[in-house]
Parts: sequence; structure tokens; C-alpha cells
Amino acid sequence: MSVLIFLDNAEGHVRKASLEAASYGAAIAKQLGTTAEGIILGKTTENLSSLGKYGLTKVHTVANDALDNFDAQVFTKVIAEAAANADVIIFSNNIAGKAIAPRLSARLKAGLVTGAVALPDTSNGFTVKKNVFSGKAFANVTINTAKKIVALNPNSYSITTTDGSAEVAGLNVTVDTAKVQVTATSKVEGDVPLTEAEIVVSGGRGLKGPENWGLVTDLAKVLGAATACSRPVADVHWRPHHEHVGQTGIAIAPNLYIAIGISGAIQHLAGVNRSKTIVVINKDPEAPFFKAADYGIVGDAFEVVPKITEAIKKIKGS
Amino acid sequence: MKILVCVTKTPDTTAKIAFTDNNTKFAGDGVQWIINPYDEWYALVRAIELKEADAATVIHLITVGGADAEPIIRKALALGGDEAIRVNADSHDSFYIASQIAEVAKAGGYDLVFTGKETIDYNGSSIGGMVAELLDMPYVSLATKFTLNGSNAVIEREVDGGEETNQVALPVVVSCQKGMAEQRIPNMKGIMGARTKPLKVVEPAVAEALTSITSFDLPPAKAGVKLVSADNPEELVRLLHEEAKVF
Ligand SMILES: Cc1cc2nc3c(=O)[nH]c(=O)nc-3n(C[C@H](O)[C@H](O)[C@H](O)COP(=O)(O)OP(=O)(O)OC[C@H]3O[C@@H](n4cnc5c(N)ncnc54)[C@H](O)[C@@H]3O)c2cc1C
Ligand SMILES: Nc1ncnc2c1ncn2[C@@H]1O[C@H](COP(=O)(O)O)[C@@H](O)[C@H]1O
Repeated sequence: MSVLIFLDNAEGHVRKASLEAASYGAAIAKQLGTTAEGIILGKTTENLSSLGKYGLTKVHTVANDALDNFDAQVFTKVIAEAAANADVIIFSNNIAGKAIAPRLSARLKAGLVTGAVALPDTSNGFTVKKNVFSGKAFANVTINTAKKIVALNPNSYSITTTDGSAEVAGLNVTVDTAKVQVTATSKVEGDVPLTEAEIVVSGGRGLKGPENWGLVTDLAKVLGAATACSRPVADVHWRPHHEHVGQTGIAIAPNLYIAIGISGAIQHLAGVNRSKTIVVINKDPEAPFFKAADYGIVGDAFEVVPKITEAIKKIKGS
Repeated sequence: MKILVCVTKTPDTTAKIAFTDNNTKFAGDGVQWIINPYDEWYALVRAIELKEADAATVIHLITVGGADAEPIIRKALALGGDEAIRVNADSHDSFYIASQIAEVAKAGGYDLVFTGKETIDYNGSSIGGMVAELLDMPYVSLATKFTLNGSNAVIEREVDGGEETNQVALPVVVSCQKGMAEQRIPNMKGIMGARTKPLKVVEPAVAEALTSITSFDLPPAKAGVKLVSADNPEELVRLLHEEAKVF
């Protein structure tokens, strides 16, 4: 009986979204009067015992080189073995979580809730609040099976730390031969991954052309932010399509979302409305985005944004 | 080549989100229903392109849903599916739906099963992975490009901060998103042809629902925007720093 948290391995390190999942899983373990353990697959370079500070008592490792190649089927089988004694299994609802958690649910016949945004209500069963309708509503979903799987939305639960160190133990499980071979990877070097960023600066068609994107990237740079864009901007290739946020793009929930020259169409809002603070800069006072914003400036981005960047530089510099 | 494309109906992206029956049901009355955009624009259109490149390819569509799902299935046939199967069941449990799809897929012997990345109403992003597990097939999620190379699929998929290329022997289950194909509009010939294409209704197989929706909530309304003059952007920065404390 325990809570098992899948720790997503990002080239040797535990991804931030998984630290949120660990903190969340540890809180659930406390609620249920049990312990929280983690599992990480593939080579690691991090001191795993330090993961105790997120509330894990134990970290299982499977340092088989074959697991450096991601195949959801292979990963699922390994995690299923490790989860034999777990009542609750937690994933981040990130890219790896979306690939593995559903497979594991079907394999173990364990009810799954993806996109969880809060701790479960365990007063009468096990009910998890999740995002539905692209952030426009929540559903409270009850899991009716003894074994339960929850995939926590990134940026929905704060990382909590305590004292403590985790026992690290290698797990002896068979690793199948992967059917899916990863043959190439192309990553945008140096950038903050959009789904993990605390601050996101985003530009829309109001910026007129890719040559003006310095406005967005300069502001992002002083804030240590990731950059994003509206769909038409990606469609005309002003920006790469992995920056496109919204209903048909990536859904994000940063602490701060700054929208520059974006009208705020409902399909755009669907991907960003979970942001904690929204700032809108638009020259049209009627732009729908202002209705969803916390702060705004009605004005020309080309004049306003450089001043904002300068003012932040001043504060950061002092 | 036999392709199974999973399609489902969702409220139009601009539909008002409200609930009835003591907040236990989505208020669907008067809502315009569409094919889930990921299923239509990416999964189905890419399947159609594969058929255009190889005339021997057959595309079957499947939806798990009530009779009210038929208009969207007809539209999918008009776009280019060959025949459709509707499993006559209404459920919001992903495992139940996936079990129905897997049952049909097992009997059909498909080389490829395409799903959308997620439904835009319940946002499960789960059916593809579950179907793959139930069929014991590999699963490539969040695909942005799909090409065939003999009996292998070469698939690009989204990963954190970039993309990776996967190679896998068929059969495979793939969840599709932006990049896979471009949206199409059904033409008159397609719409006329769709009327006579087979749409088979089958009763659901016995399967368990592992979860149930207890209720829905709407997020609390925003307090309203605090506007700062364009002549004083420094004031916005001060508010973000001292009031919202976001940097
Ligand atoms: C099914 C469906 C799915 C969709 N999915 C998405 C999605 O995932 N993401 C998405 O973003 N869109 C999506 N869209 C498109 C969406 O409806 C809008 O068309 C799109 O978001 C508009 O992008 P935009 O705000 O950049 O451009 P516009 O609507 O053209 O807005 C540009 C804004 O810039 C302002 N502006 C102009 N000049 C300046 C200036 N100098 N300074 C300041 N402001 C200025 C204008 O006032 C205007 O408000 C989808 C549409 C459909 C139908
Ligand atoms: N009722 C359904 N019938 C057929 N396919 C479905 C159904 N629900 C979901 N799907 C498919 O599974 C994908 C992912 O859905 P979900 O896991 O519910 O977000 C969708 O994009 C569809 O391709």
C-alpha cells in the first residue's frame, strides 16, 4: 500500500513537472496515511536521495540503457511491475504522462483521471477535480477502482519541500525490446520549455511580422520567460509551430502570461486561461482579451513594450 | 492498408459552457456539434492523404456514441472515409470507450489506428493509449507528421521543447495533432457520396466504466482588468512586481 509517482527523466534530471507530481503524491500519501515513493527510468545524473525533500521515502531506479529510448509500451510494463503494491499512481499530465498513464490504466484496469488540478477529495471515495472544456470548466471525477491513476496538470500544484532524504533502490524488472525507435531529436536549445515556464511572453498578428519579434524576445529575456504565439502567427511561419498556444496548440498555465497584439479569440483563451496573472497589451480597447485579463494597457505595442522591458531591467538590476 | 480513424462529436469551440441537472450534465441544447477538431483536421485528413497516395487503402471510421453522433459521422464520410461504425453507447469513461474501439479494431485487422490528440470537451488525451494497450500495439502520441516507408511508419512527435522522430513497424496506434495535415472542406461530390456509404450500428461489448463524473464547476469570475495608461508603462511593471508579485 503506497503512492507511486512516475518521475519523468529529462536527460538525467527530474523534470520540474514531476517535482510537482511528487509533492502532490506525497500530500495524497499523507491524506491516506501511507508513504510516497518515486520511480525513475533510464540513466540519471542527479542525487536521487535528495528527492526526499519533496516527501518521497524511496526512489526506485531502473537504470537500463534500453530505457533511454522512449517507448510508451515498454515504459508501461516496467511501471506496472513497480506499481504492484501501489494504490495510487501519479503522473504529470505532460508529454510522457499522456503517453504512459492511459496505457497503464488499461493494463491494470485502474481508473484514470488526467488533467487533475487539485488534491483528491477522499472523504467519500476518491474524487479528483480536473480541467474540462479546455480550461473553461472543471469536472469532479470519481475513480471507482481500488487502484487509481491521476495525471496532474503542470503548474497546478506548487512544489513543497520538507527535510528528509529518500532511500534509492535499483529495481530488478525485465525491460522488453522497444518496437518504437527514436531515430532523431530536434530541440530548441537554451529556451525554457513552454509548458514548464513560470512566465510566458506571447505575440500575435498585431506585431505585423517576424522582423518585429525582438519586442517579444527582449521582454522574455529580461523576465527569464518562454515565448509563445497565436495560431495565425505559427500558420504563416513567423514563429515555429511548437510556440502556438490555444485550443489546437499547447495549453499552458504559467504564473504570468503577457499577450502582445493578440485579440483574445476564444480558441486562444482556451490554451491560456489557466494562467494565474494575465497581462494584455493591445491598441484596441474592444479587444476581447481585456475581459480575461488581470492587467492591461490600451496602446501601441511598438511604443509600450520596449518601455516595459527597460523598466523591468531597472528593477532586476537594482 | 486498412486504417481505423476514431472520431467523436464535441461542442463547437465557441459554444457556451454551462451545466444542468444540478451541475451534473453539460447543457447541450442549442449547442452546435462538430467533429472533434483533432480527429477531423489531422487524423482523418492524414488518413485520406494516405489513401490518395495508395488507392488500395481503406478508411473505416468509428465513433462510440448515440444516434445524435450520426451527423458528424456523415460529415467525416463526406470528407473521405469509406465506411463507418457507430457503437451505440453513451459514456464519458475513457476505458469504456477505448474497450469498445479495441473490440471493433481487433475484429477489423487494421494496420493503423488514428485518434485525435484529445477531445476538446473532456480533454482526456487517453483513448489512444488505452486502445493501444488493449490491442497490445505500440503507441506514438502527439504526432505532428506521419509517413510510410514500406511496412514501417516514420512519425514525428512533440517532445518537451522540440520534436523527435520515431520509427515503428505497423500496426501502430497514433494520436494526431497540428502539423499532420491541413483542414479540408467536404465538396459536393463527397457530401452526395456520403449518403450511400455504409454506416453500421453495433451494440456495445460488455465493458467496465472505471470512473464517473460526479459534478461540474465553473471557474470563479475574474475580478476585471486593471488598466494602466499607455503613457506610464512603468506603473504596470510596478504593479506586476509589487502587487501581483509575479517577478
Ligand atoms: C477551431 C479553431 C481552433 C483555433 N485554435 C486556435 C489556437 O489554438 N490558438 C490561437 O491563437 N488561435 C486559434 N484559432 C484562431 C482564433 O480564432 C483567432 O483567429 C486567432 O487567435 C487570432 O490571432 P491574433 O490574435 O494573433 O490575430 P488577430 O485576431 O488579427 O488580432 C491581432 C490583434 O493585435 C492588435 N494590434 C494590432 N496592431 C497592434 C499594435 N501596434 N499594438 C498592439 N496591438 C495591436 C489588434 O487590435 C488585434 O486585437 C482557432 C480557430 C478555430 C476556428
Ligand atoms: N466516443 C468516442 N468515439 C470514438 N473515438 C473517440 C471517442 N472519444 C474519444 N475518441 C478518440 O480519442 C481521441 C482522444 O480522446 P480523449 O482521450 O477522450 O481526449 C479523440 O481525439 C478521438 O479520436
